[in-house]
Amino acid sequence: MDKTKKLKQRKSLGTFLQESDGAMSVLVVLIGFLFATLLILIIGRNPSGMYKAILQVLTGYNVDRNRFYVRYIGEWLAQSMPLILCGLSMGFAARVGLFNIGAEGQYIVGITVAQLIAIFFPQIPVAHWFFAILFAALAGAIWGGIVGWLKAKYEVSEVVATIMMNYIALYLSRIITLRIPGANTYRTPNFPQTALLTSSFLQKITNGSRLNLGIIFVVLSVLIYWFIIEKTRTGFELRATGFNKDAARASGIPVVKSIMLSMAIAGAFAGLAGGIVSLGAYKYGRVLAANDGYGFTGIAVALVGNNTAVGTALSGLLFGMLSTAQPLMESNRIPKEITFIIQGLVVIFIAIRVGFRMVVAYLAKKAPLKQEKTLNTKKTQEEMPTHE
Amino acid sequence: MNSLFGKIPTILMLVSPILITATGGMICEQSGVVNIALEGLMMFGAFATATAHYFLEANFGPASIWLSLLIGGLFGLTFSLIHAFASISLKADQTVSGTGINLLATGVTIFLAQVFFNQDRTKQFMLGMMPNKAGIYPTAFIALVILVLTWFLLYKLPFGLRLRACGENPHAAQSVGINVFRMRYIAVLASGFLAGLSGGCLVLTSNTQFSSTTVNGHGFIALAVVSFGRWKPLGIGGASLLFGTALAFSIIANDYTLLRKLPSEVFNIMPYAITLLALVLFSGKNYAPLSAGKPYEKGAS
Repeated sequence: MDKTKKLKQRKSLGTFLQESDGAMSVLVVLIGFLFATLLILIIGRNPSGMYKAILQVLTGYNVDRNRFYVRYIGEWLAQSMPLILCGLSMGFAARVGLFNIGAEGQYIVGITVAQLIAIFFPQIPVAHWFFAILFAALAGAIWGGIVGWLKAKYEVSEVVATIMMNYIALYLSRIITLRIPGANTYRTPNFPQTALLTSSFLQKITNGSRLNLGIIFVVLSVLIYWFIIEKTRTGFELRATGFNKDAARASGIPVVKSIMLSMAIAGAFAGLAGGIVSLGAYKYGRVLAANDGYGFTGIAVALVGNNTAVGTALSGLLFGMLSTAQPLMESNRIPKEITFIIQGLVVIFIAIRVGFRMVVAYLAKKAPLKQEKTLNTKKTQEEMPTHE
Repeated sequence: MNSLFGKIPTILMLVSPILITATGGMICEQSGVVNIALEGLMMFGAFATATAHYFLEANFGPASIWLSLLIGGLFGLTFSLIHAFASISLKADQTVSGTGINLLATGVTIFLAQVFFNQDRTKQFMLGMMPNKAGIYPTAFIALVILVLTWFLLYKLPFGLRLRACGENPHAAQSVGINVFRMRYIAVLASGFLAGLSGGCLVLTSNTQFSSTTVNGHGFIALAVVSFGRWKPLGIGGASLLFGTALAFSIIANDYTLLRKLPSEVFNIMPYAITLLALVLFSGKNYAPLSAGKPYEKGAS
């Protein structure tokens, strides 16, 4: 009696996990946190330090001092902005069946162009930062579009091409930024006030955090992403190309154009992230010595968010929370690298979620007849791209 | 011209780790598994080697270098097991699982450094690897031996033919009794060991400690080498030499009046730009192993 009940439960949980990508993501993140907690215990520290840090970022409440610090909520949102945008970049390309590791490079191109415009453009209020952001997104679109063009026209693997473009972007950005008059080996002179995205209102309500006007563009981007993918003809064509290139071509969808367009739009999101970071979080141009890493984390963001608009926004907030919690963890004697470990584990778990599903399916059914049935559904699931 | 000869040891020092990693990457892709985790695996190897050498140096003397390199290789091998398990046994997306390992590498290595040394890098070891009288590091010979051995293994022994068959047409390979899963496991683990070893070589020759910037894209250059070298040992040797030289010039260009005017970053860009260009020029003719990147499923055809 007990046993059959248990089996039934397992089965329902099993089918739930089989069908819902969102549930799988939640499970994967929970397992990531479980691993991290165990790891902290193994090295003999107190895992509550990690959770206290996370709580303070989410609510501003510090348990030890019993005080609210609203600034942390602002920092959390500010930190999540580029992660959400880079997640959208990765996700948009993934919808067309492309793997965009190049968000990092597109982001760097965005930073570079935004910095150039911030320094050289005439100081007109609003128009100054608006054009800087616009051209940052445009530059990202071109950088991504090049890869799309190479992929569509010459069948160059977008994985290798984007990795190459990342490093080209990094060093090119150094060459250009070092040429700006008054720049030394790590920074340019200060931006004029009209180029900055800072908003005194947002700073006031978050007690001086780095939250800035960029948030408007992030919200707009999430909406645009959702609209293009779900509601437009172009979005349909892009998704069709992602599901089956040959079938799409046969039904008259311009596959070459779709691939180029998707990489360009993906690049625009990442370029926008670069513009927002350079004008929102800094007051001067940076000569980049290494990657900021938002682009790479964006891969994890999109994977956890299942490439949907809302999912990506939520998982961007999750990863933004982790990285905002880093300094707080340090003060609680938790090595901040634990957050990178969680990121890496989550991506690996997502990679093997087909395996997870196999285990769940195996546990769920013992009767051979049912097994055969699910074997079939499993196969079709594997053949289809993982997003719904 | 004479002074250029003087730079050969520097160039070889930079070429060796790239060549070792690229050889591993080539073995891996020839068996049909794409490995973009090379960068991360090099980080694991570099960290393990630097740590082991720091602790063993006092007791083992010069032997510590070789012991630490072995430990670095084994550390890389251990983490490549994740990639093998995910992409072969569980048929995961190879790019996703590779990206996961790359992300994990930054976290795990620095986390362990915090645990062992209470800082975000390993403590400095006293004495790295020593060059011979001509100024050439032993890593150059290690790299050469590995490349020649790999060529022999892949192109002169039945084992190599079987391994390559798994990358070209796994179903045909299976039909003549080759265990595709086992072959791919061997290839991925070999690439993990070589990437780890090469990370160790890198840290012992060009640095005195491991930090998050030690590997700094060498693994991705190795990935470019595999494509640019068209998945063949000779091509990979040549590509490594070319890219290593470009990297060396980003450091030594200051010694030449003619080159000093160029920003040194131009040389940093070269490996990546050349690879992109080559991929375009080679397009149409597919040099990559046919089934690289595709999971193998028994029975399905």
